[in-house]
Amino acid sequence: MLETLLSANCVVPNSCRAGVCQSCLMQLVKGQLNEGAQRGLKDSWQAQGLFLACQCHPEQDLEIKLPAMDSLRMKCRVSKHSRLNAEVAVMRLQPKERLEYRPGQHVTIWKDELLGRSYSLASVPAIDDDELEFHIRRQPHGILSPWLYEDIQVGDQLQVQGPGGECFYTASGSEQNLLLAGTGTGLAPLYGILRDALQQGHAGAIHLYHGAMHADGLYLHETLQQLAQIHQNLHYHPCVLNHEPGLDTLIRVENLADALRRDWSSLQGWRVYLCGDEPFVNQQRKQCYLAGARLQEIYADAFIRA
Amino acid sequence: MSSLYERLGGEAAVDAAVDIFYRKVLMDERVNEFFDDVDIEKQSAKQKGFLTMVFGGPNNYTGKDMREGHKHLVDRGLNDSHVDAIIELLGGTLKELGVNDADIAEVAGIAESVRGDVLNR
Repeated sequence: MLETLLSANCVVPNSCRAGVCQSCLMQLVKGQLNEGAQRGLKDSWQAQGLFLACQCHPEQDLEIKLPAMDSLRMKCRVSKHSRLNAEVAVMRLQPKERLEYRPGQHVTIWKDELLGRSYSLASVPAIDDDELEFHIRRQPHGILSPWLYEDIQVGDQLQVQGPGGECFYTASGSEQNLLLAGTGTGLAPLYGILRDALQQGHAGAIHLYHGAMHADGLYLHETLQQLAQIHQNLHYHPCVLNHEPGLDTLIRVENLADALRRDWSSLQGWRVYLCGDEPFVNQQRKQCYLAGARLQEIYADAFIRA
Repeated sequence: MSSLYERLGGEAAVDAAVDIFYRKVLMDERVNEFFDDVDIEKQSAKQKGFLTMVFGGPNNYTGKDMREGHKHLVDRGLNDSHVDAIIELLGGTLKELGVNDADIAEVAGIAESVRGDVLNR
């Protein structure tokens, strides 16, 4: 449906086109939706007839409209913004009302009516005073991210919509070992999940792997080292692809996938969280499964380039 | 007398079996080339459908689905030896889960009954 509408020059907000970001929400007026058109939407939205245009394959005539956006999006104020390196900025938003979410879920950040992109939540409600934290990676050809990285300022207004996604910590199985692995700003949801687990008193070991091209890309290196010093059960494994002079000896020069394979030949009984670019996540999901992790205990959030 | 599906433990048992069975399949050099999908979530959902059927559970499989779903694999060389291997891995999975021999034989019988459709004969 989304393709048809866009090719007919209808204006429909959209981004991932894969049923994840929930940007292309539309509302059914009359007719019958196909199974899957409402997948992942919360019950109250489903009851209102909201659905995703990108997941809708009409089998009969439908009458549809764009929903009233104000009721779906939450106004937020930028409360903090700092660039950590040439590519990544940390942004904090103060929502007008408290947003219910689990650390590691994602929301869509809207610049205006039409331009929105999905970002993972790195914050933890109980720790971060209900402020929302995002790690923005500046995509060279991106539409929203250069603006979020470069131009936005404390005090500016934005809107967020969501949350969605199932990649988050649950307290059941607190003795289990956790493997958290991510590339680039895949660290954002993992940082939320990690602190959520620690805050809830997770008892098993937690191994966090962060992979980047250069040491500069390990943008939370010191913060994570400090956390690992405070928490006995947390082990931080930074990995980079490129060696450089004066590299911290803690940092491994190794492809993240190789490091994981070398370190963990058996993941039986583990819970695994994988975040980052799609090829990495898909490959690791398979590797971790073959190493013995159960499919239902592998949580993944693949970043889809819009 | 309870049905085979109930005896095996219903949907929870299917989920447990999928996890073990699909890992065996992916690690078995005889058959893994036919299951080499990057999206293991999608693939495991298919395995769940298959195992539900051979467990005698509620399913919507038809002979036509079986034929169409496997046609491209038959074109790539899928034959009796691969079906044999799958039935063997299925038996091994159930054994690991502590299922008795009579029930394993019944599951194998259901799998056997779709051999002709799977191989498009």
